[in-house]
Amino acid sequence: MPADSVSVTGWGRTAPTTARLVRPRTYGEAAAAVRECGARGGIARGLGRAYGDAAQNAGGAVLDMTGLDRIHAVDAGGGTVLCDAGVSLHRLMEVLLPLGWFVPVTPGTRYVTVGGAIGADIHGKNHHVSGSFSRHVLSFELLTADGEIRTVGRGTPLFDATAGGMGLTGVILTATVRLQPVESALMSVDTERATDLDDLMARLTTGDHRYRYSVAWIDLLARGARTGRSVLTRGDHAPLDALPPRARRHPLAFRPSRLPAAPAFVPEGLLGRTTVGLFNELWYRKAPRARRGELQPIPAFFHPLDGVPHWNRVYGRGGFVQYQFVVGHGREETLRRIVRRISERGCPSFLAVLKRFGEGDPGWLSFPVPGWTLALDIPANLPGLGAFLDELDEEVAGAGGRVYLAKDARLRPELLAAMYPRLGAFRSLRRELDPRGVFTSDLSRRLGL
Amino acid sequence: MKDAFGLPQSLLVLGGTSEIALATARRLITRRTRAVWLAGRPTPALEEAAGRLRGLGADVRTVAFDALDPESHEAVLGKVFAEGDIDMVLMAFGVLGDQAVDEKEPVAAVRVAQTNYTGAVSSGLVCARALQTQGHGSLVVLSSVAGERARRSNFIYGSSKAGLDAFAQGLGDALHGTGAHVMVVRPGFVRTRMTAHLPEVPLSTTPEAVAAAIELGLRRRSETVWVPGALRMVMSALRHTPRAVFRRLPV
Repeated sequence: MPADSVSVTGWGRTAPTTARLVRPRTYGEAAAAVRECGARGGIARGLGRAYGDAAQNAGGAVLDMTGLDRIHAVDAGGGTVLCDAGVSLHRLMEVLLPLGWFVPVTPGTRYVTVGGAIGADIHGKNHHVSGSFSRHVLSFELLTADGEIRTVGRGTPLFDATAGGMGLTGVILTATVRLQPVESALMSVDTERATDLDDLMARLTTGDHRYRYSVAWIDLLARGARTGRSVLTRGDHAPLDALPPRARRHPLAFRPSRLPAAPAFVPEGLLGRTTVGLFNELWYRKAPRARRGELQPIPAFFHPLDGVPHWNRVYGRGGFVQYQFVVGHGREETLRRIVRRISERGCPSFLAVLKRFGEGDPGWLSFPVPGWTLALDIPANLPGLGAFLDELDEEVAGAGGRVYLAKDARLRPELLAAMYPRLGAFRSLRRELDPRGVFTSDLSRRLGL
Repeated sequence: MKDAFGLPQSLLVLGGTSEIALATARRLITRRTRAVWLAGRPTPALEEAAGRLRGLGADVRTVAFDALDPESHEAVLGKVFAEGDIDMVLMAFGVLGDQAVDEKEPVAAVRVAQTNYTGAVSSGLVCARALQTQGHGSLVVLSSVAGERARRSNFIYGSSKAGLDAFAQGLGDALHGTGAHVMVVRPGFVRTRMTAHLPEVPLSTTPEAVAAAIELGLRRRSETVWVPGALRMVMSALRHTPRAVFRRLPV
């Protein structure tokens, strides 16, 4: 099995650490890697889309799971797939869309693995309808610290600890996932503008139940009366009869296009207040005030950034941090205050999105709870950013909210237990299942998970 | 572990009574640092410094460390690293010496060199190996502008810092790609107890300013930090000044 010492970061390209990268090609090799990972432990890594340090393990082993990438069985009648954990959602779409099926949940990128989707218990624009990824996982096989492979079914403590458990209960090897039937590979999208945050929240509250997918891009640089102005895009898979005759000939064709990759070197400070402010202004103005039933390909609706490989390089060498939190319904005042503070401070964020979550899922460290979630990315070199985000953490924790561990690279460990009340259960399960602490990541060291 | 902004959660200070080091520790404790080790000669001053940092909410422990006893470094520092990861080592010990006295007493001059240079070589290598095993961490070395070019007025101290500086640069290159990072900090004249008896010079700075520069350097993962930043240009000019001219300069 090849093993190299490599410098590893998350998608945000901050806090690099060096680990031994092991790429197992069989379950046996994965089990051997877990047994031999040494005093500093090991952690599974997929496509490295977690923004922070979740899939890093300084001085230890990082198991690159993308070598285990077989789709074992597709039940095209019943709508389930059994595949290896290293299979990407992109690959699943390529295989499943022609059969009339779609992944049950997709985040803003197709380039995540099934294992990572369970480990972070990811959510998508359909959370208010479909919940998070683990809701659609029927079972998975987990390689635990003792080197054994266990089949884990829904409703068991090990399932709930692993869904959102950031890879710290073991290495997921395969999973059986329930799929979403679709008639076409196009989306029927309604777009509308909201003039400020209150308008946005009102539109989301009254209209979300009509759509399977809903999200709002929010201009966090707009100030004053325009604070929180946004563009809502909501839609569903287009039914066959909504397609024009030409598209009806190949309704399930999935052909994502890709632009050239972002250059390896981008000067820092390219995305400052001026450039991002200009971008946000144009993005808001170019959106129609109200448009209904526009047909969009899946990549354009769900994964626009996947069109530019390595887009994370645009922040330059210093990288960026993604901040995503959720506060419950009834805590709108906290959300308003945070949006106001971000806009008054002038954080140059061009990828801020607001979404209304539905019911949460039972994963102990699963992020979504019913309420409002805001995600934004900010260049890491913004002066005073660390202290500012600490203040936002206090607001979020004070309102009973939490930040998303798959995106975190900087949370103060003291706040974790308040944000995740099931943390105690998670820790004691880990102590029992993995007394030597085989599964360790930079995230687990930093936050004491 | 360090966070996205390079802020450490655990800090080991070699030279635990250094004012620059303590200013840095105070600054880092208000941000993220929780565990602090102060290594130094076991004196009341060391315990007092530890007590003050505890007052800021950090978990502070002291450990007996003598730069002049390189044989002990492996054991002493090994014990610290065995207790848990160290995200940042701040190498801050050093003596200024007294140039006039040291020129007449070679043994005293050698003590300056042994403290500032050979003590740093042995402890630096021990820490480097530990950081390499961890796969992460920063070794922050307090060098000095005095090491950039030897001056008539303090060349004994300056030469020891020159050795330290060259050692730290080389160590940084040796550790490149291992996850460990070496940052050389070159402050100008810093107003501390150590320099209280010396006359004020232009571009002088304070321990707090050095601490702020260290925090910024950690975020940027810098390899060299000048404090104040203008010294980079000044020293670049001085480095290229001909000897005959440099000798006559009032520096």
